[in-house]
Amino acid sequence: MRYIPHSPEEQAALLSAVGVRSVDELFATVPKEVLLREPPDLPPPASEIEVRRAMGEMASRNANLSEWTSLLGGGLYAHHTPAFVPQLLSRGEFLTAYTPYQPEVSQGTLTAIWEFQSHVAILTEMDVANASMYEGASAFVEAVLMAERLTKKRSKVVVSKGIHPEYRRCLRTYLANFPFTIVEVPVGEGGATDAAALAKAVDDTTFAVAVQSPNVLGVVESWRTAADAAHANGALAVGVVNEMFSLALLKGPGAEGIDIAAGEAASFGVPPSFGGPLVGFLACRDAMKRQIPGRLVGRTTDANGKTAFCLTLSTREQHIRREKATSNICTNQGLFALAATMTISILGKQGLRETALQCLSKAEYLKAGVRAIPGPFSVAFSGRTFNEFAIRCGPAVEEVLHRCEEKKILGGIPMKRLAPGEAGWDDLLLVAVTERTPRAGLDGFLDVLRSF
Amino acid sequence: MSDHGTLTEPPVAADEARNRRRPNRSLFDEPRPGRRGVLLPPLDVPPADPAALFGAVHRPEVRGEVEASEVDVVRHFTRLSQLNFAIDTALYSLGSCTMKHNPRLNEETARIAGFADTHPYAPESLSQGNLEVMWRLEEALKVLTGFARVTLQPSAGANGELASALMIRAAHAARGNPRRHILVPDSAHGTNPASAHFAGYEVIEIHSSPRGTVDLAELDAKLDGDVAALMITVPNTLGVFEDEILEIARRVHAKGAYLYLDGANFNAFVGKAKPADMGVDVMHMNLHKTFSTPHGGGGPGAGPVGVVPALVPFLPVPTVERRDDRFVLDHDRPQSIGKMRTFYGNFGVLVRALTYVLSYGRSIPEVAESAVLNANYLRKRLSPFYHLKYTEPSYHEVVFDDKLQTAAGIHNIDIAKRLMDYGFHPPTMSFPLIVSGALMIEPTETEPREELDAFADALIAIAKECLERPDLVKTAPHTTPVTRLDEAALAREASRPGSFAPVLRAPVG
Repeated sequence: MRYIPHSPEEQAALLSAVGVRSVDELFATVPKEVLLREPPDLPPPASEIEVRRAMGEMASRNANLSEWTSLLGGGLYAHHTPAFVPQLLSRGEFLTAYTPYQPEVSQGTLTAIWEFQSHVAILTEMDVANASMYEGASAFVEAVLMAERLTKKRSKVVVSKGIHPEYRRCLRTYLANFPFTIVEVPVGEGGATDAAALAKAVDDTTFAVAVQSPNVLGVVESWRTAADAAHANGALAVGVVNEMFSLALLKGPGAEGIDIAAGEAASFGVPPSFGGPLVGFLACRDAMKRQIPGRLVGRTTDANGKTAFCLTLSTREQHIRREKATSNICTNQGLFALAATMTISILGKQGLRETALQCLSKAEYLKAGVRAIPGPFSVAFSGRTFNEFAIRCGPAVEEVLHRCEEKKILGGIPMKRLAPGEAGWDDLLLVAVTERTPRAGLDGFLDVLRSF
Repeated sequence: MSDHGTLTEPPVAADEARNRRRPNRSLFDEPRPGRRGVLLPPLDVPPADPAALFGAVHRPEVRGEVEASEVDVVRHFTRLSQLNFAIDTALYSLGSCTMKHNPRLNEETARIAGFADTHPYAPESLSQGNLEVMWRLEEALKVLTGFARVTLQPSAGANGELASALMIRAAHAARGNPRRHILVPDSAHGTNPASAHFAGYEVIEIHSSPRGTVDLAELDAKLDGDVAALMITVPNTLGVFEDEILEIARRVHAKGAYLYLDGANFNAFVGKAKPADMGVDVMHMNLHKTFSTPHGGGGPGAGPVGVVPALVPFLPVPTVERRDDRFVLDHDRPQSIGKMRTFYGNFGVLVRALTYVLSYGRSIPEVAESAVLNANYLRKRLSPFYHLKYTEPSYHEVVFDDKLQTAAGIHNIDIAKRLMDYGFHPPTMSFPLIVSGALMIEPTETEPREELDAFADALIAIAKECLERPDLVKTAPHTTPVTRLDEAALAREASRPGSFAPVLRAPVG
């Protein structure tokens, strides 16, 4: 096969050097009962031309966001990726390296991870960020588990229903076998977490209070309210962010009392790719850094005084601590932490803010457009939003989306799909914009609403 | 080298010159106020006023962020790439990590806009190609493993282990008793006990036999009705095939426990044998190992999990189902453990893996054959020079140790660091834990003979240096961008209260 370099003669020479007559002899300790006599029931080997054609054919049966107007968000926002990012990300020195265990030959990856930690810490206004997590939901779970380790002997986590339902589902999955109670608090009329219900749910058995901002309805939450409710009871506040561009216009969770921030950084240069791979993050206060899960890169100097970067505080990790580790996580999300770092770097201070302002402005334009329609549609919540908001629909949401599809518009996410069974959300349509969404697309969507 | 009179230095000198001019720095170290790298299209709607909308929580400026032009960032990241060792550079002997060649066709298909620029909440009717990719990959993995179903959702190997442990627990709980213990051999990957712990199990370690395999007497002694599962690795982390696997499975099943296989080493027998035929009930696979998706400097990977029929009801949601000519997502699985992550998995990694499987097709056993052949060739060449604690036949990797070198005061880390001077990535060190001073070498199937020879020659030369010039080895590496670091001092500094900037991040302002 083309990825194995040996010619038949070379293979024979290697076998002879090893001292065996055939390949079969190399597998002599596999029990005979299980050793396969026939090749697997798969198609014959295929050339690049054939495989590329087969994969391309499948790809052609998907709605491609570069050809459709998309109002899809729900925790994954299709922003523009600067051209240099995929170009440099494809360099084999980044793509085909592994975890930088050996700092002397991994300074490229290590420096980039340290920069990623810096960007996340700066944007979230937290002290310390780790080298990245798999994606937002597992990062959120790790943040909650970290809060439990830091508070000790408490058993309850209070979670806003404004947190993405898939994040909450993951929390239930991961916590299923721990003796912890998850209490979910509803959102109030304005679309933000019901502050009174939140305060009531928190008590001295609570180890964490968790909210997301902007939340799953797009509404900007008050980090401070959640943090105060947590701290008044000796609990820690966990803040979830899955649209990182919001932090170019909104105070970071660290500046507003949140102790551990976690979420999704895929908005920065990671292709949506049907939902993965993405890049999670986790950030915390300095005093908590010894309980942070996952990898962490530190800065030092070598014997010649040269700046050098290196994995550090690894005694928290599974390869040393085994079952006593802070997490079972092994890798980080190297390549996409790098993509995020590259993207933030080229956007820079100005580009981040300008992009965020375009998102905000386009969302406000769309909102004003919905409000101006005399028909059976309304902006569902009064709370402030960033680039995403919910529309309450008189007609069936499916019918709205169907008419959108006819205009080549992906008209948003039915909340019925995102949060099945959530009372009062069945007639909501969640719409999001990015700097990629042209005004003509927004006007096309508004035309569809006007057609009802 | 050239013999032109004026060209006295080899081309590498140009690299050296750049190294001196641009030392290892982060973008934060060289502020470039006012520079910019992007231009947005003119805003085509009225501008919103964030200060008015957000009031007290408005953030007027992201203090401390980088400012740079496109050429600044392109040179910076190109420079960083040049400081990395990678598979594309040379043989990457990091055992257990399976650093094989990453075919570029896989990269090209994953970047097709019809895959890369698709949203997970697009309607199913407009995502049929994506769902077919997932369905076809699951079918192929079922063929190769013999399992009833495979979930593609877990984000990485460790995440697949956790999903497996959660399914095992849910299955026992459904029968009335989740049980309390999981048995893990002392040669296991560190993620095994950690994953078992995070599923709520107490880990009981079982000691390996003198052959380095699971000790049946030890297994019997610890296997009782409170054991939920045995987690084993085949071939194990010594590269030794558990030749009593069928008997192990029989004894585990006799106690009502499940047999879990850590599939990190599936590349050693893919297409040669099916785990389900061995009595394995549940197994994770690392697509970034056996199926050649790139390691990316530490992720993303993907950790699909295959299961026998008894565990199918507990798979994470959603599964991909084929109904007539359509592919659908099935969320309605009442006994499911739930979700391991958002959406459906590391889809871009799945595209790469399917591309690889289609490329190999039924010739995939060649992967295992060549991987095992290459490892045995290195074993043959290196055995006279390095100590081999466990001498059972090797599969895809071989674990030497530093016993012959410690007399000269040289440890595995010194040998590893010196190997960098010869242009190779060191082996995995000090793992598995049952081999003191371990040097775990995995060449993979994609290394040509001359590269295997060059690698063996380097290790043999180092073995001689250990005797003749031990200081040269102890102070290595001598040719890398930075020298050996004081990792303990860094850890102390990183732990110190208040040390976060600039140790763990760039300072602001």
